[in-house]
Amino acid sequence: MVSPLDRKLLRDLRRMKAQVIAIGAVIATGVLLQVMMSGLVASLTETRRAYYERNRLAEVFAPLTRAPEAELARIAAIPGVARAEGRIAGAALIDMPDEAVPLQARALSLPDRSERGLNAVYMISGALPDPAARDEALLIEGFAKAHGLGPGDRLTVTLNGARRVLRIAGTAQAPDMLYTAVPGEMMPDAARFAVLWMPRAALAAAYDMDGAFNETLVTLARGASEQAVIDRIDAILRPWGGTGAYGRDQLVSDRFVTEEINGLRTMSRVMPPIFLAVAAFILYIVVSRMVQSEREEIGLLKAFGYTGAEVGAHYFKLVMIIAIGGALAGCLGGIASGRAMIGVYTTFYNFPFLVFRPDPAAFATGVAASVLAASAGGLFVLRRVFRLAPAEAMRPPAPGDFSRSIRLDGPVGRRLDQPTRMVLRGLSRQPLRAAALAAGIAAGMALSAGMTTIYTSFDRVMEMNFSVVDRSDATVLFTHPLSERAAFSLARIPGVLQVEPMRDVPAILRNGRLSHRGAITGMPAAPEMTRAIDADQRPIPLPAEGVVLGEALADVLQVRAGDMLRIEVTNGRQPVLEVPVTQVARTLLGAPAYMRIDSLNRAMREPGLISGLHVRVDAAQADAIWLSLKDMPAVAGVSVAEDMQASLQKLMDQGAGSARYIMGAIAFIITFGIVFNAARIAYDERAHDLASLRVMGFTRAEAAFVLLGELGLITLASLPVGSLAGYGLAQAIAEGFSTELYQIPAGYDPFSHGFAALFIVGAALVSGWLIKRDLDRADLVLALKTRE
Amino acid sequence: MTADFTTRGLTRTYGEGHSAVHALRGVDVEIPAGEIVVMLGASGSGKSTLLNILGGLDRATSGTAHFRDMDLTAMTDARLTRYRRDHIGFVFQFYNLMPSLTARENVELVTEIARNPMRAEEALELVGLGARVDHFPAQLSGGEQQRVAIARAVAKQPEVMFCDEPTGALDSATGRTVLEVLNEVNARLGTTILMVTHAANIADMAHRVIRLADGAIREVVENGQRKPPAEIVW
Ligand SMILES: Nc1ncnc2c1ncn2[C@@H]1O[C@H](COP(=O)(O)OP(=O)(O)O)[C@@H](O)[C@H]1O
Ligand SMILES: [Mg+2]
Repeated sequence: MVSPLDRKLLRDLRRMKAQVIAIGAVIATGVLLQVMMSGLVASLTETRRAYYERNRLAEVFAPLTRAPEAELARIAAIPGVARAEGRIAGAALIDMPDEAVPLQARALSLPDRSERGLNAVYMISGALPDPAARDEALLIEGFAKAHGLGPGDRLTVTLNGARRVLRIAGTAQAPDMLYTAVPGEMMPDAARFAVLWMPRAALAAAYDMDGAFNETLVTLARGASEQAVIDRIDAILRPWGGTGAYGRDQLVSDRFVTEEINGLRTMSRVMPPIFLAVAAFILYIVVSRMVQSEREEIGLLKAFGYTGAEVGAHYFKLVMIIAIGGALAGCLGGIASGRAMIGVYTTFYNFPFLVFRPDPAAFATGVAASVLAASAGGLFVLRRVFRLAPAEAMRPPAPGDFSRSIRLDGPVGRRLDQPTRMVLRGLSRQPLRAAALAAGIAAGMALSAGMTTIYTSFDRVMEMNFSVVDRSDATVLFTHPLSERAAFSLARIPGVLQVEPMRDVPAILRNGRLSHRGAITGMPAAPEMTRAIDADQRPIPLPAEGVVLGEALADVLQVRAGDMLRIEVTNGRQPVLEVPVTQVARTLLGAPAYMRIDSLNRAMREPGLISGLHVRVDAAQADAIWLSLKDMPAVAGVSVAEDMQASLQKLMDQGAGSARYIMGAIAFIITFGIVFNAARIAYDERAHDLASLRVMGFTRAEAAFVLLGELGLITLASLPVGSLAGYGLAQAIAEGFSTELYQIPAGYDPFSHGFAALFIVGAALVSGWLIKRDLDRADLVLALKTRE
Repeated sequence: MTADFTTRGLTRTYGEGHSAVHALRGVDVEIPAGEIVVMLGASGSGKSTLLNILGGLDRATSGTAHFRDMDLTAMTDARLTRYRRDHIGFVFQFYNLMPSLTARENVELVTEIARNPMRAEEALELVGLGARVDHFPAQLSGGEQQRVAIARAVAKQPEVMFCDEPTGALDSATGRTVLEVLNEVNARLGTTILMVTHAANIADMAHRVIRLADGAIREVVENGQRKPPAEIVW
């Protein structure tokens, strides 16, 4: 048999349907984010681990110029090395008939017995090439899919300057190619960068590597010291042009996946608590309002002999039903959205298999956190239930005591009309309640302003990068450094308006124990196309001595302007420089380190060399220019700004950045929920007074003023506070979204805050309108019958 | 004798079908101007319903109700609001004061929107509360609160005052003060007073007594021998 209290519970739930759903939805959202994000973290981490293990990803990588295979035995003999293999790696170009510029690719040798070797490929379609075949290759699946290629198709490829046609034997993925990007661009774009795997003999012939290798892959014995092994490998490979061995964590592919996972993890820790706190808050005000209005019933129940605990349990059950219901819905939603989001990761990362596996712990923490948050809200209310004396039910309704609210008999106060007085006294009598409502609305303002700032920041990154930082139309990279004269010959191509030399050299930047494996970019003293800019978007002139670091890099290395930096060039003569950081540049993409090209070349003792050019071209002739570059053997690749912009846009819209749309939408929904609930509660509390006003002949608009005036004042007061909090929130979210790949600047964006404020005011107006409708419909007679 | 209110075949039904409640079943009644009219009847007999329809708070299901030459049953909501504002004062069992306004301010709430109000202080004097104008409702006793409510209704000098169980929540001594105030208002200002009560003795102060039973008028009696409220016991 259902107890009468439980029947009341069901009836209450039905009566407060809209509010129950609104609060449940906020809880569900928090849990959804929690389940989805931590599930993604768990799935990505676990899939990556399994993939690395199954396909034997090397633990140490050591690139070099060329060494005979005999050296591998020496590396294998290093204590702590479990296994050492050599492979051949080279840059390649693919000439796709429908692409204006040649597409860049990396050619890698397949181990002779590929089913056993390190960095084993994962076959997607077709078969491994015959080890003896000269013109067969495996193509990375992402590129194949993007261009509609498959086993049996042919590709025109330039390997080491020689053009040939390869037959695609199959498509594959590999654990060291989870993340692939055009060199120098960093943006992952499956369509514009390819990986080719070819039989060793074929590649050796193409790159003149017979009996030799130019990349070492090493796995470690259990318990071995990675650093010790790296030092020994460096010593062995130095005479062979070794450019420095590095661990798996420095592998570009792995680094970006790690960044992604870390970003997700941060978000999964920051966002759900915000939602749960908001839910607890709304729950508190709704239930406390309910207890307030059911004072008499509670007193009566106690008079009948129900204990405080029994009555309390009744209200607590209501809170728990909403919390647990919301949490369960959130779990289901989390699984569904996790499954949808995992698809994003298979688009941008080359995982051969990726299944969303929710983290069981997330369910537990999600439900537990909701219950806790709701209980926290509920407990305050329960205290009141306990304190309420049974006699309360017998007492005649007492009007609220306003004798200590503001007096309003000053010169201004005396001029106020009575409805305005009611508004002001209402606010001043319960300043804490008014503050709580204002805090709730301010939280909504903060969420909305913060998320809108993030939206605009993403757009700003695009706009700023391609109009202020990099104003070139394309960047041409050479296969090896050329003399400056190459620049002049390029500049003579009809339609090329301007060229600007650059020199990129790979280097390890160190500050004490912090290091970053990247590159130094040499540029003219006052470059015109690609520039370092400061926070005010002014170009930073490059100093004769010293280096200008991008923000992200300065963060990684924890250096500021004035600090000294050690730069170990891993190319050519491998000079080591100790230079000051002269300034930190505002960057949006990547983690660059800029130097004057002449200083860099002097340090390299290679005067007058350039590794590429930024060019500006006549748009009408662009395609013809790219076509003529296709035929230049020294050109390793052309990155067209437009393509890069498109890749970036895609990454931000469909990749991890897409989460901002979901979060933005949620922020606005929640904000509306808070404002509406605040208004609804204010109405419930005033319904009786409002009916009295109407009976006395006040028009609807006049009565609504008393109600909505208060809401309006609270809303207005909450805006500046919310704006401030939104600024902070935007900083935090931007930090979460920012990666080495792109940095989201989140300053104070007047547009975003204005927009959010308008939304809040709009939400308040809509809520006000919805409630005014209730007010209009209210049955005056009924309203007067109920006391309180 | 001119009638303030005239009803013809007035009915009010709540709900439909089997569960329909017929609160009024064809009421024909006239309320003369300037009189104190007391409506008596058992609980549920339809007293409040009739009062609410005449006061423009509720609508009849069928029949007509006129205030002078205004057809209440044909008025829009906005017109009814206007009607209450300009012609009617209400006093309820539970006072319905605004807790956030002082006694004076509660009265001013109405005088601010009235066409021909008296001063708030004057109205409060009239109900004997001249010394307590700056008190909030929470600082007043039940009887004092009810007198503020009467002052509020009187202050706009309405043609009619409706009082639904004005003494219902008060002890008899306090209730008597309230009745004296109402009697005084009727005598001094000529205000028509329509009062609902279930305390039959109160009828002794009325010019006219209407008895309702089961949603219909049982009888209308003119009271030749009015008693001053001070002599009424209940
Ligand atoms: N809003 C309502 N819904 C349904 N029935 C109602 C409503 N208001 C009043 N009634 C019914 O109408 C009848 C008359 O009510 P009312 O006029 O309040 O009686 P009285 O004031 O004489 O005690 C009663 O039976 C009551 O239950
Ligand atoms: Mg009644």
